[in-house]
Amino acid sequence: MTATDYPEASSGAACPACAVTPSAQVLARHAARAREAKIMLSLPGMHCAGCISKVERALAAHPGVREARVNLTQKRASVTAEPDITPEALVETLARIGYDAHELDAQTVALTTTDRAGRELLMRLGVAGFAAMNVMLLSISVWAGAEDATRDLFHWISAAITFPAILFAGQPFFRNAFAALRHGRLNMDVPITLAILLAVATSLWETAMSGHHAYFDAALMLTFFLLAGRYLDHRTRAIARSAAEELAALEVPRAIRRAADGTEETVPLTALCVGDLVVVRPGGRIPVDGIITEGASELDRSLLTGETLPVQALPGTALSAGELNLTGPLVLRATAIGPDSSLHALTDLVAVAESGRTNYNSLADRAAKLYAPGVHILSALSFAGWYIATGDLRQAVNIAAAVLIITCPCALGLAVPAVTTAASGRLFRQGLLIKSGTALERLASVGTVVFDKTGTLTGGTPTLIPAPQMDAETLALAAALGKGSAHPLARALVLAAQAKGLEAPELDSLREVPGYGIEAMQDGVIVRLGHSDWLGGQLDVNDTALSTWLQIGDAAPVAFRFADQLRPGAAEAVAGLKRQGLCVKLISGDTPGAVAAVAAQVGIDDWQAQTTPAGKAQAIKDIEGGVLMVGDGLNDTAALAAADVSISPASALDAARVASDIVLLGQDLAVLADARLVAVQATRRIRENFRIATVYNIVAVPLAVAGLATPLIAALAMSASSITVSLNALRIAGKGKSRRPARAAQAGQVQAAAGVIG
Amino acid sequence: MDVLRFLIPVSLGLGGLGLLAFFWTLRSNQYEDPDGDSRRILTDDYDDAPKLQDKAGTSETPTKPNQQ
Repeated sequence: MTATDYPEASSGAACPACAVTPSAQVLARHAARAREAKIMLSLPGMHCAGCISKVERALAAHPGVREARVNLTQKRASVTAEPDITPEALVETLARIGYDAHELDAQTVALTTTDRAGRELLMRLGVAGFAAMNVMLLSISVWAGAEDATRDLFHWISAAITFPAILFAGQPFFRNAFAALRHGRLNMDVPITLAILLAVATSLWETAMSGHHAYFDAALMLTFFLLAGRYLDHRTRAIARSAAEELAALEVPRAIRRAADGTEETVPLTALCVGDLVVVRPGGRIPVDGIITEGASELDRSLLTGETLPVQALPGTALSAGELNLTGPLVLRATAIGPDSSLHALTDLVAVAESGRTNYNSLADRAAKLYAPGVHILSALSFAGWYIATGDLRQAVNIAAAVLIITCPCALGLAVPAVTTAASGRLFRQGLLIKSGTALERLASVGTVVFDKTGTLTGGTPTLIPAPQMDAETLALAAALGKGSAHPLARALVLAAQAKGLEAPELDSLREVPGYGIEAMQDGVIVRLGHSDWLGGQLDVNDTALSTWLQIGDAAPVAFRFADQLRPGAAEAVAGLKRQGLCVKLISGDTPGAVAAVAAQVGIDDWQAQTTPAGKAQAIKDIEGGVLMVGDGLNDTAALAAADVSISPASALDAARVASDIVLLGQDLAVLADARLVAVQATRRIRENFRIATVYNIVAVPLAVAGLATPLIAALAMSASSITVSLNALRIAGKGKSRRPARAAQAGQVQAAAGVIG
Repeated sequence: MDVLRFLIPVSLGLGGLGLLAFFWTLRSNQYEDPDGDSRRILTDDYDDAPKLQDKAGTSETPTKPNQQ
């Protein structure tokens, strides 16, 4: 213990006497470790060696930080600090040196860092690769003409290497095959396992009889190639999962609790109990279901219902978790928390909808269903044929083994993962995160695309509609009033004024009237900005636009009208999907007027308004053929799960992102049309790969059945087909690189995760 | 062909060493941050005084000579 502690003691202690008592320091340090904070930060802006040192030094120099370590691949920094260090302080420190940092929920992220399965696969791959190389060297000398004792010696050495290596490296296949057989099913792993085991067994037998042909190298190569396919598959999914979890981790589940004595403290969501008083500041999301006890405000319910119009909230109003508090501080009494809250009430609906999707049969499954019995029958027939014809058991078993090895789905095992890895990598660079392995196949087979409106086709942020009668002075006054508010309409006014370069006039005694608006004094005249009910404004009955009103003194109020802005690329995406022959629909929970306006803007003819969450899911089930659902809100969750394949933007609620197969990381929707093209292409490549593998089989199988196959032919057929299949798959990835690199750069996370892939 | 008696064990042994080295890199988390590790080598932060490690594997911040 002292050996490693010594350098620390000598460097940390000021006088030699202190160095004599290192154990006290060690004890203190170990005691301190029990009370330390682990903080995870996401730093999407890091990109070079200089960034690593700068960030690590800045963090280490922050008082109270014990250790800081940057992971450039994941663009994260993990910090170990004194318990009283808050993430906010560290974010501020990093902001000062020019890095944009976000806190990550350490618990959520911790799940992603321990990728045991991936490491295990890599280890098996290493063992199989090592053994395959050595056995191949020995086999080459046998094929080159080693004879008698030398050949037997080489076979025995090969056996000694192969046996333990296969036992270790082949376990994933053995386990899967055993599980499938126990349930009376056949999957791809059954012929694989049978081929490997039979090859090793007959080769051992041949070696013992000092025979000419041993298939040790074939068995190992098979294991190696198949493990490579498994590892590719695993890595693609692990990267997508870790990026998806990072999105979830960005929303740290916290709430402000008001204790009985009136003090407020920030606590994790899990620490809240029913009956607690929770404070929600303006601009904050409601953390739990509850009833307002104090305060008045307006609520943005768009993520839950799809309505863009804010609703009033007064004491006694029931709130659902996930709503956004806009104008005034609220105090609510928690009525349901976590799993009981309305955010989770839709889980049942999702579970029911999802059960339909698990019935999906992937292309690989379908291929295996045709393939596995065929191979077994062929192998058994050639065994029977040769046994009956020659009466030589040894030769018959040898030929049966050769048939199994030659037909073994080496290329088939690589066919799907190689394509999905290449296609997912390409889409990732464009800002799409493929969460499910079969999502691309399902996306390729859809016939209808259903969009949600709020937050999906539109950005969810209103913008001012310019009106000719509105003078600059009025707009500047309205912007000055709205400056301090978190209300989306007020923010839109401020943005509009900034865009025109207007100077804000001086205002006195500005105050927010929660739930209604803002009022202030300008040169002794009261000016108000707010709700139509408050100021007595009235729009045309047919006018569906959002509005806010400005009143100067007692004059008649002036209206400002707003429209929810379309996401960039929305119209392009709809047009692109239509060009591919897909039927595009818009189903929203919002009012008919608002939905019709957006539908007309993006070019969708078929729309449906005021649909409930269950109604949406039902509408999707009623559509014939494959359906792609694109949505973001809680009201879309069931529909997302009910559709054959679903996409949600990164700004969606966690529940919606979990329910969907693909997450759109950037703002631009135009990649959707591209994504569908890539999916169609990927599916075509998978089919091509199956065909290539079949052609190899058609050529090689007659040789094997005729008893002409040697280990050399098996090795050649196997590696040639695997390489062809992999190269065919890579054709997808190559095309993606040159196109649209700029678009992928939009989201920091995209870059971060693309670094993991490329 | 007597030389095979030495050559085969030697070559297998060397290959085995490589395999063991691969295991070691896997177990000591050397594939966690391939991007960062390839760039860290370019910085001279720890050239004169290596980053100190204690038993639990966490490391302390050393006195950096080139830091003001």
